[in-house]
Amino acid sequence: MANSDHIVLLDFSGSPFVMRVRLALAAKGIEYQIKEEDLTQSKSSLLLKVNPVHKKIPVLIHNGKPVCESLIIVEYIDEVWKDRCPLLPADPYQRAKAKFWADFIDKMVHPSSYKVWAANGEVQEAGKKEFIDRIKMLEGELKSNPYFGGETLGFLDIAFLPLYYWFHTLETFGKFSIEAECPKLVAWGKRCMEEEFVCASLPHPHKVYDLVVEYKKKMGI
Amino acid sequence: MSKEEVVLLDFWASPFCGRVRIALAEKGVEYQNREEDVLGSKSELLLNSNPIHKKVPVLLHNGKPVCESTVIVNYIDEAWPSRPLLPTCPYERARARFWGDFIDKKIFEGGTKIWSSKGEALEVGKKDFIEILKQLEGTLGEKDFFCGDNFGFVDILLIPLTTWFYAYEKFGGFKVEDECPKFSVWVKRCMQRESVAKALPEPEKVYEAVLMLRKMNGIE
Repeated sequence: MANSDHIVLLDFSGSPFVMRVRLALAAKGIEYQIKEEDLTQSKSSLLLKVNPVHKKIPVLIHNGKPVCESLIIVEYIDEVWKDRCPLLPADPYQRAKAKFWADFIDKMVHPSSYKVWAANGEVQEAGKKEFIDRIKMLEGELKSNPYFGGETLGFLDIAFLPLYYWFHTLETFGKFSIEAECPKLVAWGKRCMEEEFVCASLPHPHKVYDLVVEYKKKMGI
Repeated sequence: MSKEEVVLLDFWASPFCGRVRIALAEKGVEYQNREEDVLGSKSELLLNSNPIHKKVPVLLHNGKPVCESTVIVNYIDEAWPSRPLLPTCPYERARARFWGDFIDKKIFEGGTKIWSSKGEALEVGKKDFIEILKQLEGTLGEKDFFCGDNFGFVDILLIPLTTWFYAYEKFGGFKVEDECPKFSVWVKRCMQRESVAKALPEPEKVYEAVLMLRKMNGIE
């Protein structure tokens, strides 16, 4: 099956949601083709065809069949290529914990981060405080492990790591230091960056900043 | 086999708690139900078990808490693997999760816009809500249930939310059956299942609760 798989990822550089999928594919050593979408322009007919409900990236197209929503895609990748590098733990309770915190990141952390990079004034200040308060809760989940997944990078690490790649962007726009508030989390991020498959699949944090600056300019944010 | 202790921190009107009640019933799991006073003071047990969101439902399995209804339903499916709620094929599982996520993002929030608004905002909310139901109706197609022949994950996530539809219909001045007849047939089909009928409140009682919510929020 592996050799005849055709995998396409609809991508937008800098998107933390696409980055999750890139990490999962790289962790499993899966080859794929990237199709870059330009979200500052009108959406491609392919994107509208494969994700008619939300019209958003990422979309993974596996042998012509589309899978949408980043965490759902990561779980799909984990199930299809279950013979290598499991991302979710085997134990149901540990799986539930990983999914709970991934859901927390999507519901609570991402909206706060948006206020930091896309807003200013009072909204941005409130966003900064909210963001730090929320990632501190997540930091607590690391406990004394090197990764959220325990001894190796797993589902929750992949869910959050793109936001770590956005820390430099958030700190620059927000004029604050995340490391000062969450040193354990930053140490975790640096540890993840030492993994070859991580560096190979994600744009450097400084490149992310450049991409966000360009995006903001084009979208008038 | 050692005795399992399963406790559900619950609220009768919550459709999210309804999901967990149905999932446990489908799996034949015995559990203790503890009703929380969610509009009054929350118990120490709830605040300790779900310190992040402080919300029901919380499932306590041998003392270990699982929070967030969709996560709980998945957990129940995995901890009691007989009679699986999700399909076996990874692509169909991803599709089921996708529609579960759609339901989570759109239905309750969409309905809230109806019962908590008036005038133009209510009309927009009603129009958007009907559109959402039509999308779901489209994905259901001619199938008995969302994933095919068997009642499962997507049905469990959605059916409790329909107990609030009577309230939306009263405030919005519309009927789901007129707008989405196939959807209504699916609702009736699900309500015939014992696990569903026993787990869910009467829509008229939910309507009374929503009336109270409106009053509390100063909406007349």
